[in-house]
Amino acid sequence: MAVTTTAPATGVWGTIWQGITRSTSGFIGLCLVIGVLLFAFVGPLLIDHHNPTDVSRIWGPMSAEHWLGTNHEGKDTFTQLVLGGREPILVGFMAALITVAIAVVLGAVAGYVRGRIDHLLLQLTDITMTIPFIVLMLVIASFYRTSSPMVVSFIIGLVTWPFLMRSIRAQVLTLKEREFIEAARLQDLGTARIIFVEVLPNMLGYIFINFIIAITNAIYAVVGMYLLGLLPSTADNWGLMIQQAWDNNAFLLPQAAPFLIAPMVMIMLFQIGLVTMTRSLEQALNPRLRDR
Amino acid sequence: MATELAAAPPPETGDSGPSAPRKSRPLLARIWRNYVFVKVRKAAVVVFVVANVTFFLGRAMPGDPIDVMAGRLTQGGMSMNEARAIAMHSLAYDPDAPLYEQWWEFITGILTFDLGGTINRPGFSVTDAIGAYLPWTLFSIGVGTLIAISLGLALGMVMAYKRNKVVDHVLSVVASVLGAIPNYLIAMVLVVGGGMYLGWFNPIELRGTLSPGVQPEFSFVFIGDAFFHAALPIITYVLAIIGTWMLIMKASTTEVLGEDYVTVARARGLRDARIATAYVGRNAVLPLVAQIAISFGTLVGGAIFVEQVLVYKGVGGLLLDAVNYRDYPLLQGLLIIITSCVVIANLVSDLLYSRLDPRIQN
Repeated sequence: MAVTTTAPATGVWGTIWQGITRSTSGFIGLCLVIGVLLFAFVGPLLIDHHNPTDVSRIWGPMSAEHWLGTNHEGKDTFTQLVLGGREPILVGFMAALITVAIAVVLGAVAGYVRGRIDHLLLQLTDITMTIPFIVLMLVIASFYRTSSPMVVSFIIGLVTWPFLMRSIRAQVLTLKEREFIEAARLQDLGTARIIFVEVLPNMLGYIFINFIIAITNAIYAVVGMYLLGLLPSTADNWGLMIQQAWDNNAFLLPQAAPFLIAPMVMIMLFQIGLVTMTRSLEQALNPRLRDR
Repeated sequence: MATELAAAPPPETGDSGPSAPRKSRPLLARIWRNYVFVKVRKAAVVVFVVANVTFFLGRAMPGDPIDVMAGRLTQGGMSMNEARAIAMHSLAYDPDAPLYEQWWEFITGILTFDLGGTINRPGFSVTDAIGAYLPWTLFSIGVGTLIAISLGLALGMVMAYKRNKVVDHVLSVVASVLGAIPNYLIAMVLVVGGGMYLGWFNPIELRGTLSPGVQPEFSFVFIGDAFFHAALPIITYVLAIIGTWMLIMKASTTEVLGEDYVTVARARGLRDARIATAYVGRNAVLPLVAQIAISFGTLVGGAIFVEQVLVYKGVGGLLLDAVNYRDYPLLQGLLIIITSCVVIANLVSDLLYSRLDPRIQN
């Protein structure tokens, strides 16, 4: 039984692609994101991972051999920069997946089933939303002092879902009143099927936007935690580079600047790219916003 | 608003009590008071639940204050038993006290506004410690938010009036970019750019909350020094949140500009300035009041990063200390106070909102 959807013939992913590329700023954002992703994930395949500590070259200047100079341990900054992107981006990606998964399932159930579950979940989010999620996250993270990216993303995912759950629930509430859902209900298709086959696919664009926003939030959180020194790690990592540079007062030494500024620029470019992408996408998926 | 709040009695005693003249108030006023009471009660429940969550959260985590201090002592070459004995002796924490006793002490403590003594700073009560740090955080965030929101709302209106013109496009890009950059990176850019490359200020001098020798008192020296040290955090907060407010206000204003009453006001030949303030501005700001309060919680959380980066002695460092040394009373106190601040901000915005828009009380 074919159910009519509001998505055009190209499908939801086609709409998302068009949404991102239709405006100049969205396209620039996409290019930034792809550029940073290539740098962080393809770059490591192209360079020599061997990057020894060299005491004779502490805070070395930029040169042909060391493009961005060397750091406080005499390691090559550029090599660290290439290798350091994977971890924060992966953590951001996984944390966003966890957040969105929890929020979508609970939000859809709460909004569609209503009743006691809805009430209970709303109370729960009321309370968790009053504790600033960063505070909660810092407390949990510093108790465990974990360096495993999976655990870190789990902690971030676990504390950030309530906001998104609220807005997913609100969306489900409006979708629920639409005719095609009523038709599905009249056919007695079952609650689970209606939620996952009829309701959620129709919000895919909205969920995708929130997934990207969740990535930016998670990267903000994880880099922040590295900055506070809460996540011990031995791997190369942009957050850790910034923390080491800052703790060594690199902003007072002109020749130490690349070690501080390079990872900052990478993170900023990635975040700006993601945000401009979502803005363009939001306008495409929500025509009311278009002339705003 | 605050006096009204403090004076709001529970409903059983609401009609008797000292507020005799209130009896003659119209029915609507009494409903309004009930509305306040409902909000206050809900807020109290939230604070109580959060207090319990923090109590059990701390104890469910690995390691207690004794472990942490003993661990540090053993690194100095002491045997574990000896280190534990010293730690037990020097810290005001008894790990063998039954959990329910600790809980009872904690709950009764909250009800009497006595959050106990800190474990790691003997002689310092939790209230003292928080009282010494939290005002600086609230001061810097408060001033930053105030500037950011007023500027953001004004610029957002300009963007809405000039939408799809050059000004709008430029400001939109600026707002998106500012909104995307993490606040601690903005703080770093300020220090590196303004302090290192341009040499406008010495970032080391700006650290801390007050210069040595300056005492909190009501004088120009103190206030000037407080603003001098808070300048970087405040500018950081302004830059970090202004973009979001510009975009929100633009959307809200654009919506209001399409309303019939604006068209009618124009048709009546009212001056543009009057339409912009009395008709468009007011109605566009109205739905944003609630969001200001919600954003407050996020701001306090984000302030922890900014304060660490700029070495501003606010509540962020205290929280990290409490967590690192497993100082349970301090940690609980901080979480309760921070949550209460958020709850109160929400409460005030709810009440303010219900004054501005009486429809939502029903």
